[in-house]
Amino acid sequence: MSSVARFWRKIPQRYNLIGTRCTTCGRYFFPPRSFCPDCRRAGKIVSYKFPGTGTVVTYTIIRTASEQFEQMTPYALAIVKLDEGPLFTAQLVCSPEEARIGMRVRPVFRRISADGESGVIHYGTKYVPEE
Amino acid sequence: MRDVAVIGVGCTTFGEKWDTSFRDLFVEAGALALEDAGVSGEQIGAMYVGNMSAGRFIEQEHIGALIADYAGLASTHIPSTRVEAACASGGLSFRQAFISVASGLEDIVVAAGVEKMTDVASGASVDALAGAADREWEGFVGATFPGLYAMIAHEYMSRYPLTREQLAQVAVKNHYNGARNPIAQFQQEISLETVLKSTLVADPLRLFDCSPITDGAAAVVLAPLDLARKFTDTPVRVLASAQASDTIALHDRRDISTLDATVAAGRRAFAMAGITPKEIDLVEVHDCFTIAEICAIEDLGFCRKGEAGRLTEEGVTALDGDLPVNTSGGLKACGHPVGATGIKQVCEVVMQLRGQAGKRQVDGARIGMTHNVGGTGATVAVHIMGV
Repeated sequence: MSSVARFWRKIPQRYNLIGTRCTTCGRYFFPPRSFCPDCRRAGKIVSYKFPGTGTVVTYTIIRTASEQFEQMTPYALAIVKLDEGPLFTAQLVCSPEEARIGMRVRPVFRRISADGESGVIHYGTKYVPEE
Repeated sequence: MRDVAVIGVGCTTFGEKWDTSFRDLFVEAGALALEDAGVSGEQIGAMYVGNMSAGRFIEQEHIGALIADYAGLASTHIPSTRVEAACASGGLSFRQAFISVASGLEDIVVAAGVEKMTDVASGASVDALAGAADREWEGFVGATFPGLYAMIAHEYMSRYPLTREQLAQVAVKNHYNGARNPIAQFQQEISLETVLKSTLVADPLRLFDCSPITDGAAAVVLAPLDLARKFTDTPVRVLASAQASDTIALHDRRDISTLDATVAAGRRAFAMAGITPKEIDLVEVHDCFTIAEICAIEDLGFCRKGEAGRLTEEGVTALDGDLPVNTSGGLKACGHPVGATGIKQVCEVVMQLRGQAGKRQVDGARIGMTHNVGGTGATVAVHIMGV
């Protein structure tokens, strides 16, 4: 069982793709960072809501998963490059055969996992093919 | 800084050791190393132990004190420290011991590594290992370790000419070596077909592309070089110790299929030793997955990016090749008790340089290297040793 607070505190980021942006150098961050690796202390970080569209950089089909995800196998997992530049990891909602590098994708709100039958259900962002 | 030598090595057999506890494992490895070094317990100035996740695997923390206690050293009150960097815990334990001796603070120091992984079911161990990556932004969405390395493999194969057969050859080669190593978890040779027909774990990686879940421990004894000959006729000098870090999440890397921390640690190690990759006689690299060995050979500077698959296919990295890679069988065949792996790599290189590697001996080996990776490349430790 995982702690409720640990997932609750990231809800704005997970549900709405709220990341950050450094106004000093213009770089975008998702997952959000509160410290710019390029500007360091000279960086000024503000929050930024990503529209979320992007491109699949690489992917895999997970066939052996950890306990929480065992019932969902096989599922496609990808690293998506958001149009503003940052890359992050998300599941693809498509058949294993459909997944490919270079595929344009858009975000959808989905159930990610659950802590057993009576535990907390975790929601977040998955990706579907854009066309 | 003082010159440092390894004066003793010890390793348990690796495998699913149902009848052996966490404590039994490190006591056995430690006793073997002390016996090999001819050192008694009272002479040890400090201990370091690499361990990734005893908290998850056996629900035990405070490993530093535990190993000193069960090694029979509680009454000497020596400093004993656990070192954690996921699968690179062993490599960092060795580095901490090296620093301790090189600095002059201690003379005889033990570096150990131990992991007892089979006390939990497979799903639970997959989840514990996922903690080596970014739990909040990789593990949360269902990323597994094979899955992350599979994404490295896909990205790599979309850019470089690596065939599925070349990737499989890494496992075939490492099983060949493992079949010649009496401590290895898998001591049987396999065919390309075995790898290519094994079940898919995370496309394109199959079961035989993956290192196994393993119980095991390893320990080594370090001493200043000028004292080493009092204990052994065959001291192995530590020529370089290097460590590097990178982003915890794979998606934040500069390049998905290059481990920049390997590049950095490798360069630092070669600079410290004052040698070039051409002078390395054998290397133990971190082949948690077959693609990881391909990346390691390139990122350490043994060839250009995109060439390691062809070199593997041509036998260059085989036991009788120009650059034998993973003579122990690697993580793939020797097994991967995560915290112990980095120390086992040192044991293998020391045995090779002493000419004690039996059927897998590399003739005339003078300089060897170890490469130990934590996570998907967020921590890397590289060591060079020579005689």
